[in-house]
Order: sequence, then C-alpha cells, then structure tokens
Amino acid sequence: MTSTNPTLSPAGGASVPPAGPPATRRPSSRAAETRRKWYEIIGLTTPAVAVYVMFVLVPMGFAVYYSLFRWRGVGPPTEFVGFNNYILAFQDPIFLDALRNNAIIVFGSLLLQGPIALAVALLLNRRFRGRTVFRLLVFVPYVLAEVTVGIMWKLILTGGGTIDVLLRQIGLGSLVQAWLADLDIVIWTLLVVLTWKYVGFAIILLLAGLSNVPPELTEAAAIDGASWWQTQRHVTLPLLGPTIRIWMFLSMIGSLQVFDVIWVTSVPAVRSLGASATMATYMVDNGFFARLWGYGNAVAVILFVISFIAALLFQRFLLRRDIAGAVTGRRN
Amino acid sequence: MVENALTSPSSPHRRPFSWGSPLTYGLALAIAAVSIAPVVYVIVGGFRTTPQIIADPAGLPDPWVWDNYARVLTRVDFWQQALNSAVIALGTTLAVVLLGVCAAFVLARYSFRGRETLYTFFTLGLLFPAGAAILPLYLMLRDLNLINSYYAVILPQVAFSLPLTIVILRPFLAAVPRELEDAAAIDGAGRLGFLWRVMLPLSRPALVTVGVLAFVASWNAFLLPLLVLGDADLHTLPLGVQNFSSQYTSDTAGILAFTSLAMLPALLFFTFAEKQIVGGLQGAVKG
Repeated sequence: MTSTNPTLSPAGGASVPPAGPPATRRPSSRAAETRRKWYEIIGLTTPAVAVYVMFVLVPMGFAVYYSLFRWRGVGPPTEFVGFNNYILAFQDPIFLDALRNNAIIVFGSLLLQGPIALAVALLLNRRFRGRTVFRLLVFVPYVLAEVTVGIMWKLILTGGGTIDVLLRQIGLGSLVQAWLADLDIVIWTLLVVLTWKYVGFAIILLLAGLSNVPPELTEAAAIDGASWWQTQRHVTLPLLGPTIRIWMFLSMIGSLQVFDVIWVTSVPAVRSLGASATMATYMVDNGFFARLWGYGNAVAVILFVISFIAALLFQRFLLRRDIAGAVTGRRN
Repeated sequence: MVENALTSPSSPHRRPFSWGSPLTYGLALAIAAVSIAPVVYVIVGGFRTTPQIIADPAGLPDPWVWDNYARVLTRVDFWQQALNSAVIALGTTLAVVLLGVCAAFVLARYSFRGRETLYTFFTLGLLFPAGAAILPLYLMLRDLNLINSYYAVILPQVAFSLPLTIVILRPFLAAVPRELEDAAAIDGAGRLGFLWRVMLPLSRPALVTVGVLAFVASWNAFLLPLLVLGDADLHTLPLGVQNFSSQYTSDTAGILAFTSLAMLPALLFFTFAEKQIVGGLQGAVKG
C-alpha cells in the first residue's frame, strides 16, 4: 500500500535536504526553523505511533513468539516445540473446516453483496422523494451491533420459529430446515445473515462513490439519447471501479476474521464440530477458553498470514492501479 | 473489465431515463422491508409475552405488553452496562480523533524525509486483522495489569482505529489550500496555530466522520470486551445482551426487549450522523 503521491504534498516547496536551494534567510534561523519543524513532526506523531506500535504491532510479534511453545499461559513459556503447533493445526479436521468456512464466507460475501449493493446503490442514487429515508433504512443492519444481529437471527431462525412458521403459512413448509443445527446447512444460513448485516457497508461506500460521479457526464449521456440503464452501464459503473475494488478489499479482510456474528448465532456444539467454525472462533475457542495459548497463537499467526497474503495478491492484481489514489482520495 | 464483471448481476431492465417512479418506489420499499423487518420483529416482539411468541412466532402483540421493557429498564446492570459502553466509546472516539488528526496533519502538511514511509507504516494497519492479535493482546494487557479496566478496551480500539482514521483524514487536511496556510503565517500563526485555528474548523466534517465510525465500532465491539472485561461490573451492552440471552434462555420476550433497548442508541446515533458518514467517505473513495 505504498503511495508516493506528489499531489498530496501541498508543502512540497519547503525543502528538506539542508543542502538545498540558496537560503533566503540567515542560516542560523533556517536551522532553527528546521529543528522546530522536526520537533513538531515528532511531537504530533509520537502519540499515534506509540499507541499503534504498542497495541497492534507488538502483539503480533508476541503471537509469533508464543506460537512456538506449548504453553498453558501460566508463567513464561518454556516448552519450545518449534512449528509443531502449526503442523497440529493443519492436521485438525475442525481447523480445516474453519478454513473452508472462511473461504465460503469470503467468496459468498463478494458474490452476494457486490451485485445486491450495486443494484441498491444505483436505485437509491436516483432522485425521488423520500430517498433519504430509504437510505437510512437500508443502513440499519450495518449499524446494529453484531451481537444484537446474532441474537436477533438466532431467535428468528430457531426451530419452529418465525421463519419456519412464515414458510408454512405461504405453503413452502417443505423448505423448513434446522437452519442453525443442520451441519450441512448452518454455514449457508450464516452467510445469509452476514450478507444481511454487511451489505449496507457496501451500499454506503458505493453511494459515496456515486456522489463523486460528475452529473455533467450522466446529463451529457442522457442528451445523447442514452437510456438510464445505458448511462449507468457505460458512464457510472466504470467510474465506480476504484470504489468497488476498495470495498472488495475491505470485505475480504473482514470475512477472513469474522467472529462476532458467528460466535453468537451458531450453537457451540455445532461450532465445535466444525460446521460453523471460522478461523477466529477456532482461535478463541482453543486459545482463550481451552487455555491452549501456544496453539491459539499459532492459529492467530496463520490467520494473519492468510489475510496478509490475500491482501498482497489482491493489491498486486486488482488494487495496484488505484489503491494509492482511491484510499487517499487523489488519483491521476 | 469492470463493465463485464458488473453487468450480469444488475437488473436486466432496459428502461428509458424516465424510469417509472412506482417501480422505483416498489423496489425501494421491498429493499427497506428486507433491511428492517427483523429489527421491527425484535422490537414488536418485546411487546408480547413469551407464551404468545411460542404459540404464534410470527404474530402481532395482542394485547400489547409493556412489562418486558419495564423489567429491562429497571435492571441496575442494564444501566451500568450502558454507562460502561458510553465511557468506553467516548474515550475511544476522543483519543482516536485527537491522535489521528495530529498524525494526519503532519502527513498532510509537512514535507520531510520518511513521510511516505510513515504513511505506509500506518496504512499497513489496514491489513492487520484486529482479531488475529487478540490473544497476545490479552496476554500483554494481563502483564500490564490492565485487564478489567476501561483502558484494556480503549487503548487497543484506538490503536486499531488509527489506520482508517489517518487514511480518511489525510486527504481532507491536504486539500486545504496552501494560500490559507500562507495567510495564517502572515497573520503570525505558526503551523500549530494554523492546525488549531484553521484546519480543525475546516475539517470538521471529516473529523465527525472518523469520530462516528470509531464510536459505532466501539459501541458494538464484542470480542475484545469479552476477553478483557471479566468483571461483570465493567461489562458493556453487547456483553450484557449476550449474558442476558444465555442466562434467561426461556424468557424470549425479555431477550427481545433487552436486545431492542441495547440497539436503540446506535440506531438513534446513526440516524443523526448518516449524512456526515457518507459525506466524509466521499473524500476517501474519490475515484
């Protein structure tokens, strides 16, 4: 995610190298000025850097260290086992199930949420009365706490619950399933719940992206006789490219570490059989609750490495052209 | 490439520009219904009794019962949890905005060797899954004796919110015209005076955006509080909802009422801030 972005340096004229252009002021005041600038830079950035290093980078470093031990979390880790924890993880069928479930959630989220969000965003970008209200309603699931969403859907999907009754009432009683207890079905149920919860985020991003499309372009297309649909397809959608790719990136990273909704919604017994486990729930189940700290940290490192590789590949193949611009707000 | 990927999923209607308004409304209504039906179900369900719900899970309250909500609202732990959530969310928000704006200001308005490296260093944080660091984070907070304190939640939340905050704020701060900085300098303001008197007021929309995002994320957070707040007196609302629902499994109506009340603040908050969020994100996703 490097960005060498010359347009972003409004203060670009202020020279950094001391051997720069001829000094317009006396050298001593110049040096004092430079020193003062550095004080400001260090003073303003140090708190952020310190908190960030301390609570993001250092823990990741410790995860790598702890993962090399068999350790119950009491006293310092002493029983060095090398990569044994990693080997154990990849030999555990439950962990492999968790990996598969994460893959289902990553690709399922992209394939379901992307098209839905695009359609909804294009619709809600049209001018009509009450549009603001509809926008608010669509964002509601995204604002709710994951725990709330989990418990809500757990109550709705419970055996003989609302969904089942509704299905029977409309004559689709044959579709009734053990939504959260059937080992083959539960992950797909959870995928639908996750889609319901997070599609609003994609819609927010796309609406923000849409509002950056200059109206002159769509007006010009309309004057040229393009239909609404042709305008969207040939003018609006191509301009949304960067926004869509940013969303895909964030969605992918989020899907890899999904925890809350799964944890709350799925039955622990079903989760422990692997049917609804994800890497994150597996990590917390084993590392925190079963007190297998070394093993849990190895899972954490695997989760991190997978996220990192996915991010790098994504950046390499899809995001390369616009990450610097789209994320920082300047492009071309 | 983008076009090919995106045409198939969207609706196949080839309508003229004057696309029928009834159709727009119909679709919008359907979408809104799917979004809020479960939420309405939970809120309305709180007005029923558990026997009613068991007898007819999809029915309406008959008669409307206020008892469930009254029971939750008279619980001391509910208010304690709301207070804990508020303290943690406000603390997180203030710290994120303060630290974030200082760092973003430097990254946007100072030119110095290593600036882009520093920026990349922060943006890398977007790749670090917060979940992956949770176990060592817990161990570290335990060693620092911070477990069971507000700080155990606030500090990591600040750290993990900083990358996105800086990514959103930097272009906003960079977009303020250079002339304003020069004018401030002529008026005798140093760079810090410029930050305080000119930048902060001008970038208020972006500050509100990052503030709202940090607040909502903190208000909804579950995993971190779950692990580091063992003490029930410190539990936040999401933990309270989870506790209540597993403690009173047979009290469906009570769970519905508790869940409704817990989600109310976030809903209200977001209703007021929605415009700000979309507005602030526009800077971040500019194509």
